[in-house]
Amino acid sequence: MSPSVLPGFGLTLGFAGIFLAAIVLIPMAALIMKGASLPLAEFWRIATEPRALASYRLTFGASLIAAGLNAVFGFIIAWSLVRYDFPGRRLVDAIIDLPFALPTAVSGIALATVFAPQGWLGRWLEPLGIQVAYSWLGVVVALTLIGLPFVVRSVQPALEEVEASLEEAAESLGASGWMVFRRVILPTVLPSLATGFTLALARAVGEYGSVIFIAGNLPMRTEITPLLIVIKLEQYDYIGAAALGLVMLCVSFVMLLTINAINGWRIRRVAGRR
Amino acid sequence: MTQRKASTARAASGSKLIRIVLIGLSLTFLALILVVPVVSVLGYAFSRGLGIYFEALTAPDTLAAIRLTLLTAAIVVPLNTLFGVAAAWAIAKFDFRGKQILITLIDLPFSVSPVIAGLMFVLLFGAQGWFGPVLRDNDIQIVFALPGIVLATLLVTFPYVARELIPIMQLQGREAEEAAVSLGAGGWTTFFRVTLPSIRWGLVYGVILCNARAMGEFGAVAVVSGHIRGLTTTMPLQAQVLYDEYDLVGAFAVASLLMLLALLTLVVKTVIEAFGARRRRA
Repeated sequence: MSPSVLPGFGLTLGFAGIFLAAIVLIPMAALIMKGASLPLAEFWRIATEPRALASYRLTFGASLIAAGLNAVFGFIIAWSLVRYDFPGRRLVDAIIDLPFALPTAVSGIALATVFAPQGWLGRWLEPLGIQVAYSWLGVVVALTLIGLPFVVRSVQPALEEVEASLEEAAESLGASGWMVFRRVILPTVLPSLATGFTLALARAVGEYGSVIFIAGNLPMRTEITPLLIVIKLEQYDYIGAAALGLVMLCVSFVMLLTINAINGWRIRRVAGRR
Repeated sequence: MTQRKASTARAASGSKLIRIVLIGLSLTFLALILVVPVVSVLGYAFSRGLGIYFEALTAPDTLAAIRLTLLTAAIVVPLNTLFGVAAAWAIAKFDFRGKQILITLIDLPFSVSPVIAGLMFVLLFGAQGWFGPVLRDNDIQIVFALPGIVLATLLVTFPYVARELIPIMQLQGREAEEAAVSLGAGGWTTFFRVTLPSIRWGLVYGVILCNARAMGEFGAVAVVSGHIRGLTTTMPLQAQVLYDEYDLVGAFAVASLLMLLALLTLVVKTVIEAFGARRRRA
């Protein structure tokens, strides 16, 4: 480490540090300390009451299903965008990012209206006996929408980097198209697929705006954990809200660590190949 | 383009049938989950004609919500831009211990639920919060007022500018700035004349993303706003209020403005990316 000749180190790091503390760290400490101030037995009682347990089941179950759907369809979309040329390919490529930019309240009321029994899509599903709006399926649909870009944007660059020479070598040794896919391409992009899946999962678990309109929000049945926190706050149950908030915050930390671990795995894989 | 054609010819890309099936699956999935809902926003917003649409947009509460959203973004975006530039300068141009921890902490708000972000500020500044009694004694309102909305929005949009700038500035290294300084340029001159021109597109992209998220934030703001009509409802909250009152045209009219913002953001992003790709080739 050589001292830099550039100026501004103290000023920029100082400002960034103070701003980070004021906007992120102190508020986070307030939540952790409020949650931790509870006696452990009391914390456990709130965090595991039946209504909370039901909300975890829905939140994590629906998030897992949505991230899984995104892993499958996101891979197919990324594959189509990288490997095939078709009319509108660039437009499709551009709209993949729409869920990043679209406010969640907009996707929320749009999905709820479209999938309502009289809505544009709901009216075709209703005769088939499929009810999306106001059921757990609606939660899955909303979480799939907001998680979509994560998988596509993780997998796309990895697919572009699969080396043609490797595939050609496998082919010239007599491997079929399916074998090349399974033995050459899939192992190369698997870490990126895992990253995309985990990012989509992490986003889905904390999502609120796009879900609450379509979910129906019945306690024990279609109530996600973030909504339960909001309900507790509206009843001025700060303690209960803080306890559930702390549970969710811990989940976020675990997800963040997982994402970092997968990233490390991916970088090591790439480095190992070179 | 030639590269893409070459890759299409690879055996693993599959037969014509597989290709049609996969493209078909992609387009169907996107249509059902993304395109139809987005188009429906316009469909419902204009379902009773242009006149009613503009009437809905100019209702007093809706205008107040638009003003509040613009005001919030006007405070939040410059602050987070300043933070992003400062953090990126410190991280990219200097070596110090704990740099990796700082980068991780900057990313933290991305993985925290918006509702939790709002909850944190209620626990700090709410009536039963840490600073609740002090604020009450001095008659300062943070939660259920503009400051709370600004703080919650600051937290959820915190990483956007920094995240864009850090990798760009790390990639560019320090030589250009070091040369400028050794030739006698001051710190600010070096930043504005050497650094800023080379990061400007990344900066623009970070700022518009930050702005889109700031104007569209729902969960965090919903927790701290208190939903006082015409006073603390931002545009996304106003869409919810109208939707809950079964005023579909009103709700979707507000939603259509927010969607326009999202589409504009995407267009700017696409243009910047195309521009950057052309410059890299040149």
